[in-house]
Amino acid sequence: MYRYDEFDHAFVSDRVEQFRDQVARRLSGELAEDAFKPLRLMNGVYLQLHAYMLRVAIPYGTLNARQMRKLAYIARKYDRGYGHFTTRQNIQYNWPKLSELPDALADLATVEMHALQTSGNCIRNVTADHFAGAAADEVADPRPYAEILRQWSSVHPEFSFLPRKFKIAVTGAERDRAAIQVHDIGLHLKKNEKGEIGFAVYVGGGQGRTPMIAKKIRDFLPEQDLLSYTTAIMRVYNLHGRRDNKYKARIKILVHETGVEELSRQVEAEFAELRDTELKLPERDVAAISAYFAPPELGPRAEGWANLAQWKKADPEFARWVQNNVQPHKHPDYGMVTISLKPIGGIPGDATDTQMEAVADIAEEYAFDEIRVSHEQNLILPHVALADLEPVYRGLVAAGLATANAGLITDIIACPGLDYCALANARSIPVAQELSTRFGSPERQAEIGELKIKISGCINACGHHHVGHIGLLGVEKKGEELYQITLGGSGDENTSIGEIIGRGFEPEKVTDAVEVIVNTYLGLRLDPSEIFLDAYRRVGPQPFKDALYGDKTAAAA
Amino acid sequence: MADKVLTANRLSDGISVWLDAAGNWNEHLQDAFVARHKEAVDALEATGKQAFADNKVVDVNVVDVEEVDGVLRPLRMRERIRAEGPSIAYAAGYSGLTATAAPAA
Repeated sequence: MYRYDEFDHAFVSDRVEQFRDQVARRLSGELAEDAFKPLRLMNGVYLQLHAYMLRVAIPYGTLNARQMRKLAYIARKYDRGYGHFTTRQNIQYNWPKLSELPDALADLATVEMHALQTSGNCIRNVTADHFAGAAADEVADPRPYAEILRQWSSVHPEFSFLPRKFKIAVTGAERDRAAIQVHDIGLHLKKNEKGEIGFAVYVGGGQGRTPMIAKKIRDFLPEQDLLSYTTAIMRVYNLHGRRDNKYKARIKILVHETGVEELSRQVEAEFAELRDTELKLPERDVAAISAYFAPPELGPRAEGWANLAQWKKADPEFARWVQNNVQPHKHPDYGMVTISLKPIGGIPGDATDTQMEAVADIAEEYAFDEIRVSHEQNLILPHVALADLEPVYRGLVAAGLATANAGLITDIIACPGLDYCALANARSIPVAQELSTRFGSPERQAEIGELKIKISGCINACGHHHVGHIGLLGVEKKGEELYQITLGGSGDENTSIGEIIGRGFEPEKVTDAVEVIVNTYLGLRLDPSEIFLDAYRRVGPQPFKDALYGDKTAAAA
Repeated sequence: MADKVLTANRLSDGISVWLDAAGNWNEHLQDAFVARHKEAVDALEATGKQAFADNKVVDVNVVDVEEVDGVLRPLRMRERIRAEGPSIAYAAGYSGLTATAAPAA
């Protein structure tokens, strides 16, 4: 993984000391809140319902054991012993004291971590496929390009005060695990006929109050043009993006209002000016950054196949965990392990300090010191020998981290919702907990198969409800919570925005409503291989509306 | 007019607080001073503005409450959760599972 150079170290340390001075001046009253708020936000510090919140960047979701241990330490020393992994591959702490935050940031800096650009109208943490560098279906590792974008976008003077925040995602496989089509810019790494690396470029995707699927404006952008082309997009957006209305300020609105052809023309015109400038990526720089992401030496471990067969036979729960949480690695003797942060009835994405340390220990001993955070709020060990799966599993069981539900109905994404968030209108976590409990039996989950439920507590859609196979959006109606259900959303290579199925449900009725939807699906699917999303796309919303509301008029209310 | 209390978040640690009858910022809603007429609400608002200007608290708001059997209950769910903490058992030793309870009939 990328290691800081001297400049990076000095820069982050300087920012910590700058923030320490700003906090001291705020606490002494020298700085008023209006002046301080943008400064704290530039350092990832929000004010939520109960306390300040610190959002720490985990670039493209990649970290090592030392960094994970520091995250655990931060949770213990400055918070209440836990952290929340987010859909942006970051971690949030919910209870830090403002007076202690400079120390927390100084501690993070010792392991090359920070909270810069985790807030504000700038280019945010660049996200990537959590299986990067390990997936069998990968064309190339997206992380070197995410790192190049990170370096280019960090405190970029031209792009520090954009009309609105800006999110870039990169994937390196045909199977899109980074949801690139619901990002401001989505980059899909591919090879052309000559075997050269380049990108399909998508622009103008996003969720929030106006969900939009990104439009492809380039089929193949050569690797060397990554920064010049991205800069061209940013310039067009910076110039024409709407600053008069916060709700219309994202690039998706600009793309929609301008039209993709005209916007593409503007980008290409800007790109023509930029392509042969210093923004052209030199091959040696790409090679130098790529070297940081060289895969570990994965020696042959063929004994794992026989071991695995024996272990699975001896322990059905282990077998179930392997089936659901271990994916094929590009090396046949290895697997990619998903550590579920979705215990049945638990809080999606939360991990305690001791759990984080357990993951760090396991990663160090069995997984080449590599850990990932997925946008689905789980942790990943990308390189684990099949021969080591059993001890890894035992370690995870001991830490309460061996829930065998990756990709199943209880692997629910949920934002913090009204339990923490100052923007939320309704709670998300208790809804996720009740659904998880209702569908928690392994047999029931296996029967249902792949089904992604995603829950947001407000229209900002941090819980990605628009792209949930079943999406739940919490709203406030007459002072009470109500949950609107959408069906048919998807955040993969066939991205779709879910459709609202009808009137919303009160908190005590929403789990029953989801169960009606699930039972309807089970009754109409062609066979168990037809997953919920495919069945929905085949039959449309009507059978689900009929089951939920009885007749068409009720659904329209 | 609904009864009202003055709430904010403490500057130094962000913890939710309510103004009590002694003029202190108190961590417990149940200790809050309740304004029951316009003059008292005006006084709360003035106190809030001053405390913000004095850099003691941030995010200052006057919120509606009702008193049921001597217990203060904010009318909005958001404020109930602010008063009682997250409605989930989020970490060892911390929970606030009564935040959403309906008032006794």
